[in-house]
Amino acid sequence: MALYRAHVIVSIDSFSILKGAIEVKDTLIDKLKKYKLDQEVKVLEMSTLGQIKDVPVILIYPEKVVYAPVKVEDIDEIVEEHLLKGRVVKRLIKELPWLPKKPKLEEARIVLSNAGLIDPELIEEYIANDGYVALGKVVKEMKPDEVLEVIENSNLLGRGGAAFPTGLKWKFTRKAKGEPKYIIANADESEPGTFKDRLILEGDPHRIIEAMVIAGFAVGSHIGYIYIRGEYALVIERIKNAINQAHNMGFLGENIFGSDFNFEIKIHKGAGAYVCGEETALIESIEGKRGEPRTRPPYPPTYGLWGKPTVVNNVETFANVPPIIRNGPDWFKRFGTERCSGTKVYTILGNINNKGLIEVPMGISLRDVINIYGDGIPGDKKFKLAQTGGTSGSIIPESMLDVPMDYASMMEAGAALGSGALLICDETNCIVDLLKPLTHFFNYESCGKCVPCRVGTTKIYKIIERISRGGGLNTDISMLEDISKTMAATSLCGLGQAAAVPVLSAIKHFRGEIETHIFDKICPLGVCKI
Amino acid sequence: MPKIKSLEELRKLREETIKSMRVRKSTSTKITVGMGTCGIAAGAREVMHAILDELEKRKIDANVITVGCIGLCAEEPLVTIERGGQPGITYGKINVEKVPKLIEEHLIKGDIIDEWVISRG
Repeated sequence: MALYRAHVIVSIDSFSILKGAIEVKDTLIDKLKKYKLDQEVKVLEMSTLGQIKDVPVILIYPEKVVYAPVKVEDIDEIVEEHLLKGRVVKRLIKELPWLPKKPKLEEARIVLSNAGLIDPELIEEYIANDGYVALGKVVKEMKPDEVLEVIENSNLLGRGGAAFPTGLKWKFTRKAKGEPKYIIANADESEPGTFKDRLILEGDPHRIIEAMVIAGFAVGSHIGYIYIRGEYALVIERIKNAINQAHNMGFLGENIFGSDFNFEIKIHKGAGAYVCGEETALIESIEGKRGEPRTRPPYPPTYGLWGKPTVVNNVETFANVPPIIRNGPDWFKRFGTERCSGTKVYTILGNINNKGLIEVPMGISLRDVINIYGDGIPGDKKFKLAQTGGTSGSIIPESMLDVPMDYASMMEAGAALGSGALLICDETNCIVDLLKPLTHFFNYESCGKCVPCRVGTTKIYKIIERISRGGGLNTDISMLEDISKTMAATSLCGLGQAAAVPVLSAIKHFRGEIETHIFDKICPLGVCKI
Repeated sequence: MPKIKSLEELRKLREETIKSMRVRKSTSTKITVGMGTCGIAAGAREVMHAILDELEKRKIDANVITVGCIGLCAEEPLVTIERGGQPGITYGKINVEKVPKLIEEHLIKGDIIDEWVISRG
């Protein structure tokens, strides 16, 4: 194995690719060859470290210098000055708040511990960072019931939004009658503003594979599906590559780790329907049917894919499994709050300086996330509201900024953590103008199977749209409340139930502003064209 | 690649891989090679390659870093070795032939080769 004096890491993730990262990498490799540096400098690909604004990022070891954003034109200077002559190119240096040299409050990386630091296309780099140790331990030294015990004791809750205890879900599936059993990783991340699963999969694909095999061993399943959103081309490519590598090393396929346990993983591409992120609609979609949710109960652990017991977990949930097995449930419980162990990955966007991805312990307040990790709101603008959990999340006013963000506390405060998207809006945003695209989205994405959602989403959008034009009726707010409450109570799946959440929370916290639109026919902020 | 059949085999592979990723971990030994135009002209690049080979051969953990000219062009190629937080020792006019002895004396035996030193601390 040749020794290189330097590793140059280029961020190859979907954001960077759009900004020319592939060209940057190719130019870099050409230039290194031209200067005959290719024998001493190794070029590697990595996913993002969390920031998405200034990309592509180039990270040079051993100096740990970060250049961002890098353009093709900058490569000459980086190669000639830094790599050839050893002079750092000061004008391109970027201080990344996520790098370890500047520790923030207490950002703890469990899920993202490898993202941006290893090459996702090389299984060896995952192995060097304790990869597949958990799988080896499980297959060689543990019984399925012991694995279930560890996961249950760790208090790991599902990270897709519903926060169902993962250990319990696995246990139900193990106990359920029916063969074969299935493991499904839900990577159909289509909640607007949420992109954590994409970055987890792009940055560390082997982690999900390892976790799925562990889940298979624990519940007695031999087949797993990863349901990936069709738009995630890079994720699909990296997962395919990772599956092949895992096969070659004996971590997938027959006789895993030389034992008599077998497990296969298949990839299923989603076709772009929002509702297919709902687990039963996702199952229908894998079966080749229309992506429409099923009536529940029965739930997937007893009646899932092809009517067999099935575990459906979010990507982030799976990503927590290998470290829990390696370090034990008590280690995991050290992070987060008493009721919600571990960390949460958030995607921050909107009116905020540092847009991107962070992982913090459960229970950090939104105020800290905005001021410390997000580096505040640009300009001298004041905070107005945040929407947590993507489009279907609740709207949070300033008075709720100090609520600890974990599933239980948020629920008590009448809000939801959801999938972990945090949309931050400053004082220049109008609440009606914000609701318009949200309600339009649900109107468009409702699958139409159940009446409350099909009719409700259309009605809500029409009312909001009418208010934004200055055509609001005196009865509109009570009408919105009526429809939303009916949808929340009677819709078949999470789509319809959640579609009501932003509307109800907006009415609760910003009623005055909506009333001004309706009664005075003006938009106080001058955003809506009345 | 052969299939992994036990945790022991996985551990072995892990050790091997960590070696190749060593450049991304901080070690207690830092070897700095002057790589200004003057250094390159005097053969600093070849010297650095020789150092990398020697480190590989003797399985020494160290970070090799290149820096610009520090103004002592007449003494190039310059090699500075810093160990365990101690002040660095700078050697002047190092060539490929001198590298094995330098690594042997300084990094393995811990002896500084006084006659080659041009600066301390």
